[in-house]
Amino acid sequence: MVKYIDEFRNPNIAKSLSQKIHEIMPDSKINLMEICGGHTITIFKYGIKKLLPQNLNLISGPGCPVCVTDNSFIDSAIELSHLQNVIICSFGDMLRVPGSHSSLINEKSKQSDIRICYSPMDAIEIAKNNKNMEIIFLGIGFETTVPLIASSIISAKSEGLKNFSVLSGHKTMPNAMKALLDSEDIRLDGFICPGHVSAITGLDLYKIIAEKYKIPCVVSGFEPIDMLESIYMLVKQIKENISTVQNQYTRVVRNQGNQKAIEIMNRVFEPVDAEWRGLGIIPGSGLKIKSEFQQFDANQKFDIPLIEKKENPGCICGNIMRGINTPLDCKLFKKICTPQSPQGACMVSDEGTCATYFKYSL
Amino acid sequence: MCLAIPMKILKIENNIAFAEVGEIEYQANLDIISDARVGDYIIVHAGFAIEKLDEETALENLKIWQDIAEFEEKRQQKMG
Repeated sequence: MVKYIDEFRNPNIAKSLSQKIHEIMPDSKINLMEICGGHTITIFKYGIKKLLPQNLNLISGPGCPVCVTDNSFIDSAIELSHLQNVIICSFGDMLRVPGSHSSLINEKSKQSDIRICYSPMDAIEIAKNNKNMEIIFLGIGFETTVPLIASSIISAKSEGLKNFSVLSGHKTMPNAMKALLDSEDIRLDGFICPGHVSAITGLDLYKIIAEKYKIPCVVSGFEPIDMLESIYMLVKQIKENISTVQNQYTRVVRNQGNQKAIEIMNRVFEPVDAEWRGLGIIPGSGLKIKSEFQQFDANQKFDIPLIEKKENPGCICGNIMRGINTPLDCKLFKKICTPQSPQGACMVSDEGTCATYFKYSL
Repeated sequence: MCLAIPMKILKIENNIAFAEVGEIEYQANLDIISDARVGDYIIVHAGFAIEKLDEETALENLKIWQDIAEFEEKRQQKMG
């Protein structure tokens, strides 16, 4: 038994929560979006949809960092990998994402030195051990990941490392949620908000969604009991016609977030406009490295040629990110697009919607 | 990328936690959290602890839902 995991998978509690949801469910259709790819996995892995009323629809959102990373970022990383004396370090699931003309794994099989790192601190170690090489870390991820990349940059500065830099493709969550609502592509009645982003940020960033857009928000944990309780809390808000921000994941998420992590993040990064796969350019939704740390900014350090971006015309990953389509609407899904041969980002990452649909074979 | 598994800290050296889950031992950097101690449970992401788990709250939440589940079961039995 794994403590604080198995207890949150208790089938009796799940059954009771399922009954509670059925009891309060209104007759009208309800659309809830789970932002985080980790939540999508829980929903499919534990068959959560089978425990819900038929008129309650769960829609996967843009919360997989690899999936929302635009082709232009992958193209830039590939260009950097072609430079002499460069080692590219990346989280593993970025390597197989197809860019406009190639993927990092293809380039690795040719001549580029591309290494998988579990943590940005691994890249710092590689930099210390290869002083004659330039180490470039591919920084992707949301508020959960940004503080630890920032912490690595602060470590590199304090240790006087001159051969370490980060290509920042980081993104922040609330502006993407607003962009989804502003686009009016889909009608949403509630957000299941990401647990670990919120562990860093706290709850305030969702206030605008609940207050201005009148959409209920519940921050959720990642076990089946967490998901069912969060859905219950959202349906209750909808039924009572209120929209507030609630925290289901109280064992990990503090209302004010992790102040130390926020401070570290804000010391190194500042907001910038960013391009999202499927959502386009969203003002202020990305993060760039502040000028105080510009020697660690790969965009400042290297002259990266601009490549004309190309997308696979058959891939509907962008629409899936926006919740307009599911993988079942895609002509490539399970035919030529599989985890072994992914045609789009959503099939690559474990947290990608297509990969989850494929794995749990709906 | 995101391991949502709470790990128990066994020892701390140079602000690195040696933590276990099941019988597997992991190392986690503690630079972005405050006041982590041996015996605490931490949530680890990409080699860094991002937050501590509040055990009291976790147990309280579970107790509430266990009580509700038991009450529901008894109610169903009565009705059945």
